[in-house]
Amino acid sequence: MEKEKQGFLDFAYQLYKTMKTNEISLVYEGEVTQEITKTFTSLTEKSLSKNAESNTVQKKVFNVMVECLQNISKHADSLTDEDEERRGIVMVSKGDDSYNIITGNIIKNERVQSLKDSLEHINSLDKAGLSTLFKQQIKESTFSDKGGAGLGLIDIAKKTGSKLIYQFKELNDQVSFFILTSTIKRN
Amino acid sequence: MEVINIKGTDDTPNVILDKASGQFELSGRSLPEDVNQFYESILDWIDAYAADPLDRTEFNFKLEYFNTASSKIILDILLKFEEIVEKGKEVIIKWHYHEDEEDMLEAGEEYSDIVEIPFDYIVYTD
Repeated sequence: MEKEKQGFLDFAYQLYKTMKTNEISLVYEGEVTQEITKTFTSLTEKSLSKNAESNTVQKKVFNVMVECLQNISKHADSLTDEDEERRGIVMVSKGDDSYNIITGNIIKNERVQSLKDSLEHINSLDKAGLSTLFKQQIKESTFSDKGGAGLGLIDIAKKTGSKLIYQFKELNDQVSFFILTSTIKRN
Repeated sequence: MEVINIKGTDDTPNVILDKASGQFELSGRSLPEDVNQFYESILDWIDAYAADPLDRTEFNFKLEYFNTASSKIILDILLKFEEIVEKGKEVIIKWHYHEDEEDMLEAGEEYSDIVEIPFDYIVYTD
């Protein structure tokens, strides 16, 4: 028992060190709701303005966080069909010249290919191409009741000016874990 | 017509729709979880207004931030005003953006590419 407690303390310390080294300001794993989205974005906003980050960068980080979190709260799948919770991980880290927003969530394997296709398509476009795609999608989308699938990713690519970095890790024959990294350049 | 006057919150915008005083405004933040629920009464109001609009409508958009789900609704709103233009009435969109916010200016320009309504871009500082 004592040993186990010691293990947790070590883990907490290692986690703290890792977070400090990588300047990770936020880590979360759990259900992603609108309340969580509001809380995290306002926390991040406060910490950015404390760091005297420019208005433009603050807005972009805020913007990307909202889209990433709402993507999870609207589209994440669960490990099992009985489980209705939309969970994910969220991480915000600050590098020398950029902020990274990393999110991860479960996705059904059957949805992986079409998401990959969209991501690849988005990454193949330049700014003008993204703008054209955005206008086209917004016009054509007779929104599903979930609203706005796809638009969020285009918006992130458009506003960050960076390629979307992503990975799919197959967990079993039903589901995969989808990780997305969005990078906002400082200056 | 009744007046719509909704105070903004952390995730919903200020909305003023007042035919008698000619005030039409959407400002602040729009990132509600359920955009359809929030905007339903607003879209209904605009439908009713479009049936008997003023000769000249000036609509002020002064948004600080909106999510992509709201961007579709904003297009719906603009399309309703485009119908008013098609009826031969004058509509002008006053699109406000912060001087640091190129993205908000671009959002306005994208809308003006889609709808046939004149846009005026107005830059503001803090």
